Amino acid sequence: MSAEMSTNGAPKVGVYVCHCGINIAHTVDVNACTAFAASLPYVTVAREYKFMCSDPGQEIIQQDLRDGKINRVVVASCSPLMHEGTFRKATAVGGGNAFMFQMANIREHVSWVTLDKEMATDKAKALIAAAVSRVVHHAPLVRNRVPVHPDVMIVGGGIAGIHAALTMADAGKKVYLVEREPTIGGHMAKFDKTFPTLDCSACILTPKMSAVRSHPNITLWTYSEVAEVSGFVGNFKVKVRRKPRYVKEDQCVGCLDCIDACIYKTAKVPDEFNVGLSKRKPIYVPFPQATPLVAVIDPETCIEFKTHRCKKSCAEVCQKDAIDFTQTEQIAEVEVGSIILATGFKTFDATRIARYGYGKYANVYTSLEVERMVNAAGPTAGEVKLADGSKPKSVAIVHCVGSRDAHTNRYCSRVCCMYSLKLAHLLKERTEAEVYNFYIDMRTPGKGYEEFYDRLLQENVHFVRGRVAEISDWAMEKQEEGKLTIRVEDTLVGVVRRIPVDMVVLSVGLEPQADADDVRRKFNISCSHEGWFLERHPKLAPVSTFTDGVFLAGACQGPKDIPDSVAQAGAAAAEALALIDRGYVELEPNTAYSREELCSSCHTCVALCPYGAITFDTTKHAAVVNGALCKGCGTCVASCPSGALQQNLFTDEQIFEEIKGVLKYV
Amino acid sequence: MEQWHGWDKVSYESDLDHQFADEITSIPGGEKLFSCIQCGTCSGMCPLSTYMDFTPRQIVAMIRAGFRGEVLSSYTTWLCASCYSCTVACPQEIKITEIMYAAKRIALRDGVHPKRFPAQVLAGEFFDGVQRTGRSNEGPLLFRLFLKTKPLKMLGYAGLGLGLFRRGRISAKIESIKRKGELRTLLKTIENEHWVRRSPRSEHKETTK
Amino acid sequence: MKYLYYPGCSMKSTGKPYEESMLAVFSALNQGLEELVDWNCCGATAYMSISELKAFALSARNFALAEQQAVNGETNLIVPCAACYLGLNKAQKNLEEHKDIRAIIDKGLASAGLSYTGRFKVRHPLDVLVNDIGLETIQKRSIRPLAGLKVACYYGCQLVRPYAEFDDAHEPMVMDRLVTALGGTPVPWPLKTRCCGGSLTGTIPEVGLRLSYILLREAQQRGCDVIATACPLCQFNLECYQPKVSKMYKERIDIPILFFSQLMGLAFGLDRRPLGLHRLFVPFDRTFPVAAAEGGAHVG
Repeated sequence: MSAEMSTNGAPKVGVYVCHCGINIAHTVDVNACTAFAASLPYVTVAREYKFMCSDPGQEIIQQDLRDGKINRVVVASCSPLMHEGTFRKATAVGGGNAFMFQMANIREHVSWVTLDKEMATDKAKALIAAAVSRVVHHAPLVRNRVPVHPDVMIVGGGIAGIHAALTMADAGKKVYLVEREPTIGGHMAKFDKTFPTLDCSACILTPKMSAVRSHPNITLWTYSEVAEVSGFVGNFKVKVRRKPRYVKEDQCVGCLDCIDACIYKTAKVPDEFNVGLSKRKPIYVPFPQATPLVAVIDPETCIEFKTHRCKKSCAEVCQKDAIDFTQTEQIAEVEVGSIILATGFKTFDATRIARYGYGKYANVYTSLEVERMVNAAGPTAGEVKLADGSKPKSVAIVHCVGSRDAHTNRYCSRVCCMYSLKLAHLLKERTEAEVYNFYIDMRTPGKGYEEFYDRLLQENVHFVRGRVAEISDWAMEKQEEGKLTIRVEDTLVGVVRRIPVDMVVLSVGLEPQADADDVRRKFNISCSHEGWFLERHPKLAPVSTFTDGVFLAGACQGPKDIPDSVAQAGAAAAEALALIDRGYVELEPNTAYSREELCSSCHTCVALCPYGAITFDTTKHAAVVNGALCKGCGTCVASCPSGALQQNLFTDEQIFEEIKGVLKYV
Repeated sequence: MEQWHGWDKVSYESDLDHQFADEITSIPGGEKLFSCIQCGTCSGMCPLSTYMDFTPRQIVAMIRAGFRGEVLSSYTTWLCASCYSCTVACPQEIKITEIMYAAKRIALRDGVHPKRFPAQVLAGEFFDGVQRTGRSNEGPLLFRLFLKTKPLKMLGYAGLGLGLFRRGRISAKIESIKRKGELRTLLKTIENEHWVRRSPRSEHKETTK
Repeated sequence: MKYLYYPGCSMKSTGKPYEESMLAVFSALNQGLEELVDWNCCGATAYMSISELKAFALSARNFALAEQQAVNGETNLIVPCAACYLGLNKAQKNLEEHKDIRAIIDKGLASAGLSYTGRFKVRHPLDVLVNDIGLETIQKRSIRPLAGLKVACYYGCQLVRPYAEFDDAHEPMVMDRLVTALGGTPVPWPLKTRCCGGSLTGTIPEVGLRLSYILLREAQQRGCDVIATACPLCQFNLECYQPKVSKMYKERIDIPILFFSQLMGLAFGLDRRPLGLHRLFVPFDRTFPVAAAEGGAHVG
């Protein structure tokens, strides 16, 4: 009914120019644009308003539609990304068809990027003319609905992934949780205490880990990676590569007898979980609370894989016959309606800053190494020791390593100040050493964070404001001999200081995972230039991506502490639940269609379509598009030599008219 | 310690020169002055900061705030040995060494440099020598400096000079290029060029007007 | 002929042993160098304090001369002095990055009948030796490996900062690798690129000498037999004031300061005199026996 009404008779275009407060009006002469719009062919109404997106703004459009003054709408305001949805809806509410609408972006494309008012106004006019010229050729379209698959996949089993998985599973949804490592837990599992409350990391994390393991709605795939993603919102198909652990997951009870029985009597392989501070055997579990508690065999170091002549004492001792050297990689394929990415971060490689001596001086550690060292379940059973086994009498904690630096990462890693304060407290507690914090700016914006800083200030910890210039082993005076000397300007005093210490902790920043770009491609989402996954809107859509149905949680989106990761994971779960519970998605009607009589039967489009939406009808001798499968990418339209293929909202006529509109009025 | 003088140490706006920063940022390499986050990496890296009246970080802050007189008359810039360790380590990529050079040149031009060090004597002699011959003649240069400055006497240069002479590492002969006229023309043309550079900040102000 | 050679003023006086040994070593490797005809001062540190633009002009003339002289398409200008290396590189970078500077310099050059395209690349001999000629060749030529010689490789500041692309600005390694190829033992030390104070010794000796002292003492404490340098100013500064430094700090400072090229010459078995070893203040008398059959040291 509404479609009939809007196409009734000759085109009558309403143009609405938005001030956007002063965002547009400051640079673009809105009145001139409105007067100009009124002079254009088919324009029956031209108005300007302070905020077109506001309710009264939308009401103006709706009233004009209801009054029959217009049957097509052009709004000259911001980016379609912001408000196309708003105005399409307003058009529909006013009784028109949502697609008899066109937006002219005179904010992002004009007022925000043009300094000269006259030039800006000219450009705005040209864009308005283009939109008017185009909208005259719009036709009413209808959106298709497709159902949403109720299952969800969560990629990454750190605290963010765990929290999202439990939230969704508790809501009754079926969750696939995919983790690359042999266990879930992520970075949080490696920490001893958490700031600012100093509660035990394992104590609050492990209950959630076992809840994941036992939850009937969660399928946990550790030691697995997503290999391929296809489909679209509501209907993704995901292939997961399940690496062989050479131990049957359903048989192993985690008795660890196999590990004791391994013919390597002493552990020789650097232990990944302890960031190389201890050794493990070729058959191992990462840590006692690993989830699932199932052994893994590392074929790189296992004698049986290298020589095939091991006596396989691990298999002999296993009462459940769980060891299986013949396991191979498996591909599991599942269908899900939504995906939450929670792939986390990696820490900055401290060897990149040569003058800090990491890798050169034995007593220069990264913060992650010290996290393991202070952990009671860690490689030193919680004892803080120097390379020679002695206790440090003085420790320097160097902030901003790899952060806030044009040579490494420009951004602030956001968590280092707080974890440095936490480590300062723990080191002081464990060693009674003199502890120095070297910082540029102390950043403690969080609940209870500033109070924690205040507590440390009273704990006899030294704070020196200045970025450490170098750490070296040359001595200027007796006290410095055999020590590591920090050279730094104490900027608050205005004096360069040399401070000898026994141990240095480099508070390394957070970086995107090394394979973040591959992952991004797999899930067809974007990255910021630093490599963090890009949210749809930094403020208003912080867990959505530009790909519908793919959400973000935790540090894969940017450096984040535990509370923020958990909060974001909850938000991502809620978004996914909202999608599932609505039960359907509406597809944009910008699909391709075939003007069969023009088809020259060249078959080019059939091969090119990435979604298999085009078939060749041999009776009609023409290519046919299946609208339900078409995603509107336009590949076929661009490739069609005879112009038989066209795309809704992007017909040749619409595009050419838009171009003509611009050119005519520039 | 110095005696207490009872001076009012407040800095009045009228004492400051807010164009000074523009002057510095207009030199090649001075562009990023305003990016400084005052982290002190430069001072920490600088092997001479311990001798300076103001650390390099402070100099940057003072230039930004308009402390023209204090910067130009400070010893800091003359203690800078141009080793570039600040420049390569600066997390904001500020070319601090170039800023030091700029401050030195302005101070010399305005005649407000500190008089305690003969660094500008060396610079001047070096400059004049090259202007005349196209080359720096270390022997004669050191000899003239020796006559003019105290420190070289303190170093016992006479003995060292003799040692260098004996080893054939210094000579009284003046080396010079052959095509001196060519060099003179080149330098003269450059001298006559009116060279004005604008600071990024003043350009920004203009365009946003 | 592949390389043009820009000596700079110091190589002709205080740095004479550097020039002598470097030319000897290059010729021992059958790599001739052709000196730039009528070169002038590069416009380094002290000059820069007075007029930057004129300093760029001085450098530009050298490049213009090189381009004229390069009849066989040479594009590499070997510059052994660290100060000249920096000065020439700096001029070139500025001419590249700032159009207004380029315009003025071009005008100046034109008035003197010269022109500049910027096609010459400034190369330090260390860079050329290690990256063009190669350590393998050098190792093979080392018939008298520097066995047992503990060397503090001192790069100085202006060689690696801020323009060198061939090595790290804080932790350079080329000279260490070269010394290893010569059969010597580079001693790890953290002061490789710390300023020696050379530009200050003449004007503020109490400061300049302190900087030298720090380097000399540390090298001595780490048991080094010799400090190898790659800059005439560093060598002069570290060597010539040792008696003064000893007196000032009441500590015996006595360590030979050689140019890396002199060490190369010794390893190549060249005579001492053409290497300018007789010109040193702190004598270096060690000799190295001819190595057994296969010759040379192992490249580490």
